[in-house]
Amino acid sequence: MSYVLAAVALMALATFATRAAPFLLFAGAGERPWLRFLARYLPPAVMTVLVLYCLRDTFTSGAPGPLPALAGVVVTVAVHLARRNALLSIAAGTALHMLLLR
Amino acid sequence: MPSPDVLAAALRTCLPVAFGYVPLGMAFGVLLVQSGQPAWLAPLMGLCIYAGAAQFLAVGLLAARVPLADIALATLLLNLRHAFYGLSMIDRLPVRGWRRWYAVFALTDETWSLLTGTRPPPAFATPPAAHDFVFAVSALNQGWWLLGCTLGGLGGLALGGLDTHGLEFTLTALFVVLLVEQWHAVREPWPFLLAASAGAVSFAFAPPAQFLLVALALTLAGLLAVQRARPA
Repeated sequence: MSYVLAAVALMALATFATRAAPFLLFAGAGERPWLRFLARYLPPAVMTVLVLYCLRDTFTSGAPGPLPALAGVVVTVAVHLARRNALLSIAAGTALHMLLLR
Repeated sequence: MPSPDVLAAALRTCLPVAFGYVPLGMAFGVLLVQSGQPAWLAPLMGLCIYAGAAQFLAVGLLAARVPLADIALATLLLNLRHAFYGLSMIDRLPVRGWRRWYAVFALTDETWSLLTGTRPPPAFATPPAAHDFVFAVSALNQGWWLLGCTLGGLGGLALGGLDTHGLEFTLTALFVVLLVEQWHAVREPWPFLLAASAGAVSFAFAPPAQFLLVALALTLAGLLAVQRARPA
């Protein structure tokens, strides 16, 4: 349990640090080119890595293989492109994934 | 405390966030409890961390007992986008004191989108009423999230032996949705391809437990290299 509480404390600190950084470091300093660059391109890159992280285990852990997860991703993307409603997309993809696992 | 007028206006403004935060917080709580953690951990995380994607990510990391340093780094990189939100908010938050630092703490994707993307009612467009309004929106949004996490934690207990196998896909789906949103915002393939390559290299060469750390570090290094190589 002390591991979990330490993890929560560290996550709280890390999250607050990211939100407080510009107020502490850049108040009045203006925008810097590399900051503006990361502001634009870091989010899409990190999201890509996180999706791969979530899918990685399905390729290595044997049955049922990557298919239920890949089908869930395809449906999530399709529903989101069509309706652009985050909750609906998440629900549709997850429902199909859970169905295919059974 | 903000006046009742400010609270009522803030409530109207952040109602769409309530419809997102309550169900998503509930999904997080159920998932956390089903992964073997105690129910009280869900509201505790919603209270002290208050970052949706990072909390979802932590469910798997905590269950796998990933080293603390890796958890801290993954949280830092995942939430680094928040550092860029603040740049556009420096002059709009309460001027000083604990209310300012609370608003900084509570600057989530959705709160930032609301505060920068919607026009406040005219009566609250100028300080000090504007600062009260920002504070009220921030606090109400965390209230929705906390409500969702608490209900989810309790729901996870109630679901107990129910077969929720596969429910953890909500995390994958959440990141997929955020990825599609990023595509709408950026519309350039290279950052996605750069990150996918970093993922492939990490998958091939890094030990499985270090996949996320190595992939994120390679991605950050790659982005900074591209920035330096680009003509100003």
